[in-house]
Amino acid sequence: MSALALLFLIAALGLIGWVVARARAARFRSATTRRFSSLPQHHGWYVAMWTLLPALMFLAVWHSVAPALVTDAVIATPMAAALPPPGLDRAAILSEARNLAEGEAWGAFHPLSERLAPAYAAAQARYDWIATTIALLLAFSGGAVAFLRVRPGFSARSQVERVVMGLLLVASLIAILTTIGIVASLLVESARFFRIVPITDFLFGTHWSPQVIDARDPGAALGAVPLFWGTFFIGAVIAMAVAVPLGLMSAIYLTQYAHQTTRRWMKPMLEILAGVPTVVYGYFAALTVAPAVRDLGVALGVRWASSESALAAGVVMGVMIIPFVSSMADDSLSAVPAAMRDGSLAMGATSSETIRRVLVPAALPGVIGGVLLAVSRAIGETMIVVMAASGVASLTLNPFASTTTVTKQIVDLLTGEAEFDSAKTLAAFALGLTLFVITLLLNVVALIVVRRYREAYE
Amino acid sequence: MNKRAASPARQPTDWQTPAMQRRVRRRYAAERRFRLLGLAAVCASAAFLVYLLATMIAQGASGFTETRLALPLDLRGHVVVSPAQLGGPAADLALAGAGLENAVDAAADRAYPAQGGAALLSDGAWLRVRDAIKHDPQLLAAPVTLDVPVATDLDMAYKGSGTPGSEAAVTALGAHLSRGLNVSFFTGADATDPTRAGIWGALKGSLLTMVVTLALAFPIGVLSALYLEEYAPRNRWTDLIEVSINNLAAVPSIIFGLLGLAVFLGTLHMPRSGAIVGGLTLALMTMPVIVIAGRNAITAVPPSIRDAARALGASPIQVVFHHVLPLALPGILTGTIIGMARALGETAPLLMIGMRAFIAAPPGRLTDPATVLPVQIFLWSDDVQTGFVEKTSAAIIVLLVVLLTMNGLAIYLRNRFETRWK
Repeated sequence: MSALALLFLIAALGLIGWVVARARAARFRSATTRRFSSLPQHHGWYVAMWTLLPALMFLAVWHSVAPALVTDAVIATPMAAALPPPGLDRAAILSEARNLAEGEAWGAFHPLSERLAPAYAAAQARYDWIATTIALLLAFSGGAVAFLRVRPGFSARSQVERVVMGLLLVASLIAILTTIGIVASLLVESARFFRIVPITDFLFGTHWSPQVIDARDPGAALGAVPLFWGTFFIGAVIAMAVAVPLGLMSAIYLTQYAHQTTRRWMKPMLEILAGVPTVVYGYFAALTVAPAVRDLGVALGVRWASSESALAAGVVMGVMIIPFVSSMADDSLSAVPAAMRDGSLAMGATSSETIRRVLVPAALPGVIGGVLLAVSRAIGETMIVVMAASGVASLTLNPFASTTTVTKQIVDLLTGEAEFDSAKTLAAFALGLTLFVITLLLNVVALIVVRRYREAYE
Repeated sequence: MNKRAASPARQPTDWQTPAMQRRVRRRYAAERRFRLLGLAAVCASAAFLVYLLATMIAQGASGFTETRLALPLDLRGHVVVSPAQLGGPAADLALAGAGLENAVDAAADRAYPAQGGAALLSDGAWLRVRDAIKHDPQLLAAPVTLDVPVATDLDMAYKGSGTPGSEAAVTALGAHLSRGLNVSFFTGADATDPTRAGIWGALKGSLLTMVVTLALAFPIGVLSALYLEEYAPRNRWTDLIEVSINNLAAVPSIIFGLLGLAVFLGTLHMPRSGAIVGGLTLALMTMPVIVIAGRNAITAVPPSIRDAARALGASPIQVVFHHVLPLALPGILTGTIIGMARALGETAPLLMIGMRAFIAAPPGRLTDPATVLPVQIFLWSDDVQTGFVEKTSAAIIVLLVVLLTMNGLAIYLRNRFETRWK
């Protein structure tokens, strides 16, 4: 029986349990005027739960152990005596045989796997049959036991609600699991990387060229300082030079000066900037902005004006960031108590003087928090730099020259045809770990700054 | 004693002195400058958006059309297929086996020998003829003239940006060329020839990925928002869950790609570049967004609703599932749509898990190799062939239309169902 059919069958059993239990509970309720702790549907859910959960849990566990059991069964057959000793060859033959048995391949590279395929299919069929029987048995017996407990005095509701609570808890634990998964996978792969390349070489080396790694001294070509500099230069310097003035002034204009109608139209329009996919910005940067920037550089007489300049990527990234800065500035400007503004205006200051001397200083922590969040966003941004920045790592202050970033390098390192164990591939995880740590720190600092500021006026 | 009272009384300001009037003028000028600066900032941001959209539309609009050549066809005797073969599912195979492609090329050679013959036609031209025959088998029995798509360079030249050679060919062909809606752009998958390339394969991949993402992220997100907001005890564990959710919402998307690569592909050996892995990865990314939106919506439900339900004897679960959740649902849905729109536009994590292969057939199952619309745009943008520039922009227009529709829907839902609690 196919897995899908089995799942449907179990679900059908659950549905039957639900209907039958509900009907039974409804019957004994209608016979008396007694009050019950549970509604008929609680009994229904109780039985359905006992039908579904044990069987599904069994199948989940089975799904993870079954392939090993099947393989063991195949190896136990006399035909498998011809298999080579455990190693890559043996694994290749076995996986080929499995593909043949499952009908996913038509020909085989190893003649042996073709002979093993029937044994594989037989073992698979046998274990499938066992799994189906056990699952159905579990579903049926679970449902039956639960059904026998459906009695007037039985509090099905508390049982059902306990399971629902468990479900809720499990759902919220997934966030922690994801975080652990991210940290663990980054740490494990980075640890493997740092066994090959000394951590000091990686963090303080100034030469980055992963295309040519010397096997005797892999650290010499994997110094990430140029990447950190490029990331900082594009994300925190150029992008912020665009985003902070534009975002802050937009927020000031829209909160303090603009007509209500203008504000209602312009604010969503700015927010669209944040909703445009980054691949579109990247395409725009590479196709339209980068050539214009190069022409500008040539016109200004810059010697190394590249068509993959830091400026092109940074400017477009800055535009993408504008809505973040402006909405954070908007929030913190509106959070400044009106009395402060009114006091300044009453003293005879003009609006702009009030804004510059009173509102912006008062809102500054919030604005800085917003800028830090924007920086964290900019240095984690990938597609714009993948499409508009170059792959050449260099320590340069010239915005018309080409630079590269951490995210661009991660993509470059992982999209080649490299084996999973090389220093080159593992370096991507070390870069990912660095990126994770830096953005985490930025976010934490930003949140602390914003929170402390908010408390000041409440 | 007050110090100020002791000092001699200050004279009232004389606003009429030239110095004072100059000062006032200067201050007003500064005020105007500042205000204009603000307006300029808003206009600059808006202008960039308008410029971006205008560039994409200007470049992409022609991607929705194709240039067609009127091709006189006389297939009698060249393509011999029995009517029975044309009815069944084997019609494609039968027509290909009967040498339709060569017959079409030969027809082009006969009709336009001077301009290059078969070289004028797109790689997919004979497929168009095949579909026309399947639609109307009478075409095999009489001479007809069909409009078929032309090759990329000719297409570009007709749209106004060709090489001198192809410009000359366009002039020579004159009225034989026409322009029509490129239907295969919406129904085809990726192809090496820009005139045949379409977005349906990528769009279907996006849809499958989104289904997986939604099926995982929505229930988990809503359930954990409910737990954290309604039931969770205030202790260190809850704080940890809260902190990690807020943190996950701010993790760069490429890190999720690394997670997907290491866990789903490296450890669990799931099929590379399948929609299921993409969906799982994006679900982990979208879930925190839904949790945060969900918590805001749940907090907005006033406590009096809960108290009223409790007072009538509802259990904590009933309070939440019968009262709080239905009232918070519009807000949760708004957040979900915004999160899904973000996931739909995401490219970087999907590059990590290998969804960047050339895939010429739309995926049928969740485990089939698939690509998504943003990745398709990325792949096409790398293509040096000039015909792909307009395809890229056209695909971008489609993506933006889908995303703006989703965001518009979210705004509509928010306005429509926003409840103001007094």
